[in-house]
Amino acid sequence: MDPQPDSSGRTGAFEYISTRKDELVGWARKFSLFPYPFVTACCAMEFMAVSATPYDTDRFGAALPRFSPRQSDLLMVVGTITHKQAPILRKVYEQMCEPKWVMAFGACAVSGGFYQNYATLQGIDKIIPVDIYIPGCPPRPETVIDGIMKLQDRIARSKHVILTKDF
Amino acid sequence: MREDLLQRVREVMAPLVERFDLAHGMPVLTLAPGRLLETARRLKEELGFDLFLDVTAVDWPGNERRFEVVYHFYSARQRVRLRAKTRVAEGEPVVDSLVSLYGSAGYMERECHDMFGIGFRGNPDLRPVLLYEGFVGHPLRKDYPKDREQPLVPTRTREEQP
Repeated sequence: MDPQPDSSGRTGAFEYISTRKDELVGWARKFSLFPYPFVTACCAMEFMAVSATPYDTDRFGAALPRFSPRQSDLLMVVGTITHKQAPILRKVYEQMCEPKWVMAFGACAVSGGFYQNYATLQGIDKIIPVDIYIPGCPPRPETVIDGIMKLQDRIARSKHVILTKDF
Repeated sequence: MREDLLQRVREVMAPLVERFDLAHGMPVLTLAPGRLLETARRLKEELGFDLFLDVTAVDWPGNERRFEVVYHFYSARQRVRLRAKTRVAEGEPVVDSLVSLYGSAGYMERECHDMFGIGFRGNPDLRPVLLYEGFVGHPLRKDYPKDREQPLVPTRTREEQP
């Protein structure tokens, strides 16, 4: 039976939501990831595959890449980072506003992959903090989606610093 | 490669080169560093090798003349390739630049200078092109340690790392 409206016209359904403030903000944030694709190498193909229709990162609210670090909150580092490029990556990271998360996409971004030479940075966590590591050379779209979901869980469970006692 | 063209390359180059070989049908000239500019000029102007493909080097550690500088030329009209090689010593690894003949040689000589430390006399701009300012050494030399890195950004300390 449908709820009947009371004298003021309200039905009584969904009038109130009971939740924790951190959960509420986490829930909002985890579905509005704006990725900045820092794409340098062949993993780009897999990044395109996971963004396109068959796998569709839009389902996770992470569809719209922003090509300005100031408008994004998820830095996706996709591909090999060389020592020559490291200062650029560092600058992009520093330009992003809080809250921000970093994803190391593929073996090279995680650890340098199979490159160990004069040119290659042995993993981006040598220069910036990383929240989620996605292995694979390149990773399959399922792996990336699993990584996004794990990151979302983490965002949902974390404390959000905007929440003070006055909020 | 056509026989008559091969014969002509052989005739023109005979007084300039130390050796004339064929590698899979491609002419290979081995010459003294002093003859390089003259050889390239005649290849371009008399034999029609109008495209400069690449210059690179081979490191032979322990050899008296350690570096072998290798050039490849192409004739777009005849559709043939030609290789020229010259050896320089470790103490003074310098050859003449071909920028005056082929403008495109500029970048390739810069790369060779990066990777092997070969000097190119007459190239006006030998700044690093693939490497960066401050990089010490030449990474494609055999005595460059394979895991020696020269980071531009300081590594995060152990406390900062997870």
